Amino acid sequence: MPKRIVILGGGTGGTLTANRLRRLYSLDAAVITVVEQDDRHVYQPGLLFVPFGLTHPEDIVRPRERQLRIGIDFVESEIEHVDIDACKVHLANGATLDYDVLVVASGARLVPEETEGLLGPGWMKDVFTFYTPEGAAALGSALEHFDRGRLVVDVVDMPIKCPVAPLEFCFLADWYFTERGVRDQIQITYATPLDAAFTKPIAAAQLGGMLAERGIELVTEFNTGEVAADGKLIGYDGREIPFDLAVVIPLHGGAQYVGRSPGLGDELDFVPTDEHTLQAKCAPNVFVIGDAANVPASKAGSVTHFEGETLVENVRHFLAGEPLEPGFDGHANCFIETGYHKALLIDFNYDTEPLPGHYPAQVGLPLLKESRVNHLGKLLFQSVYWHALLPGRDLPGLGSSMPTAGKQTRVPEED
Amino acid sequence: MTSTTVAGVTVDRNDEGFFTDPDQWTEAMAPELARAEGIDEMTDDHWRVVRFMRTEYAQKGTGPTVRVLGKTSGVSIKELYQLFPKGPAKVAAKIAGIPKPRGCI
Repeated sequence: MPKRIVILGGGTGGTLTANRLRRLYSLDAAVITVVEQDDRHVYQPGLLFVPFGLTHPEDIVRPRERQLRIGIDFVESEIEHVDIDACKVHLANGATLDYDVLVVASGARLVPEETEGLLGPGWMKDVFTFYTPEGAAALGSALEHFDRGRLVVDVVDMPIKCPVAPLEFCFLADWYFTERGVRDQIQITYATPLDAAFTKPIAAAQLGGMLAERGIELVTEFNTGEVAADGKLIGYDGREIPFDLAVVIPLHGGAQYVGRSPGLGDELDFVPTDEHTLQAKCAPNVFVIGDAANVPASKAGSVTHFEGETLVENVRHFLAGEPLEPGFDGHANCFIETGYHKALLIDFNYDTEPLPGHYPAQVGLPLLKESRVNHLGKLLFQSVYWHALLPGRDLPGLGSSMPTAGKQTRVPEED
Repeated sequence: MTSTTVAGVTVDRNDEGFFTDPDQWTEAMAPELARAEGIDEMTDDHWRVVRFMRTEYAQKGTGPTVRVLGKTSGVSIKELYQLFPKGPAKVAAKIAGIPKPRGCI
C-alpha cells in the first residue's frame, strides 16, 4: 500500500517538496497530492520590480501545476480544515483527503483588514502595497504620476515576507525618482516597528547608513495604529506621519484554514514547528515548510529552499520509523537591490548574523557590500527559481547549511 | 551583561535591561522595574499583562509581540499603549523579567 503524502500549498515550499519527494519515492511507494486554491504561481521576488516598470505581472506568474513533476496529483480547491487526530484534510468542495504524512506549505497571507483605515477610501488611490501583483501594478501607475510630495514606506508589524523588500523599495524609489529628475521634490520616509533599519545589528548599521546616504528618513519603533483618510499614518503612541503616497506592507498571518483546524496553528495562524527538524509541534506526522512555519527564520524563498532538504529527509525518516535529523540551521540568503544596477548580498542563520566577506567561500559574491555582480545574481535568480529551485534540485556549490569559509567573523571597528 | 540590584536582590540583565535569567525575577521586583520605565504605579491591568507575559514565556520560550498580546491578553492594543506608552511588548517584558520578545526576524 503506497504511503499517502498530502501537501497543502503549491507555492515555493509545496512545489519543491512535492518534486523532491516524487524523485525519492516510486509511484508504488507513495501517492503525492498537492492542494492549492488557484493555479497562479507568482515569482514573489519579482513583485518589487513591478512598480518601477522593470518587470510586469504577467512575466512573473506561471501555472502552478506545470511546475510539478509527472506523477504528482494537483487538486485545485480551497481547504476547509485539517483534522489532525483523524489524519484527514477537509476540502471546501466537501471532498476529503486521508494522509500518512501532511506537509503544511500554505505560506503567509496579507491581512490589511486588521489595520484600522488601511482599506479605507485611500486604498489603491494613495495607499498601496506591492505585495500582490494587482497592488504592485496599481502602485506603478501611481508612481508614474508622482513628481512631488511625501512618499512613506511603512511596515505595519513583523513578521512579513522578505523583511528586506521594503528597504529595497526605498532604494529603488530613490533611484527611480533621481532618474526622472524629480528626486529633490520628493521626500522619502521609511517607517518600521523595529528599533533600527533591520533586525540584525551589523546589517542594520550598514543598511541604516545607506538610507542616510540617500537622504531617506528613517522612523523607528513606529507601530501603525491607523491609516487616516486625510493622508497620515497614526502610531499607537500618538506619533503621526503625513503622506501624499503611502506604500504599506500589511500585517501577515498564516492561511485561514490553519485557524479553523483545532490544534494546528498559533494566534496568527502560523504553525508551531521545531526549528531544526521542521516537524510540527502538534503531531509527529505533520511537517511544515516556508512562511507557514513559526520558526525564527526570515519568511523568504531562500529559507524555504534550504529547508527543503531537511524536510524531505525527515519525512523519509518518519515513514521509515527512524529518528529525525535536526538538520536545518536557519540559513537565509538575500539579495538586496540598492538601485543603479547594484545589489547587496546577506547570508545568515539562527546563530550567526549577516557578516561581511564573500559567499559561498573566499572567492565568491561580496557580502554586505553593494556590487554589480550581486545585482546580476538577483536577476539571474528568477531563472534559477523556475528551473532549479522549484524542481527541488540542490544548487551546485550551495549547500543548505550556512557556509563560513568566506566570512569575516570579526568585524573591524568603525573609525 | 551586567549585574544590578533590584528590590535588594542581585540580578543579571543585558545591555538593554532585559533579564537574562527569568528565574531570578520575583513579583516584588516589578514595581521598581516599572518605575524605571516611567510607570509610577502598577495597576491591576499592568499586573494582568505582566503575568500574561510570564505565562507565555514559560509555555513558549518567548514573550508575545504587541500584536499577539492584543489578540490574546484580553487587553486591546490601544489600551496596552496607554498602560505601557513606550511600547507594550518590550516594556512589559522588562517588568516581567523575561528576555526581549523575539517576534521579529
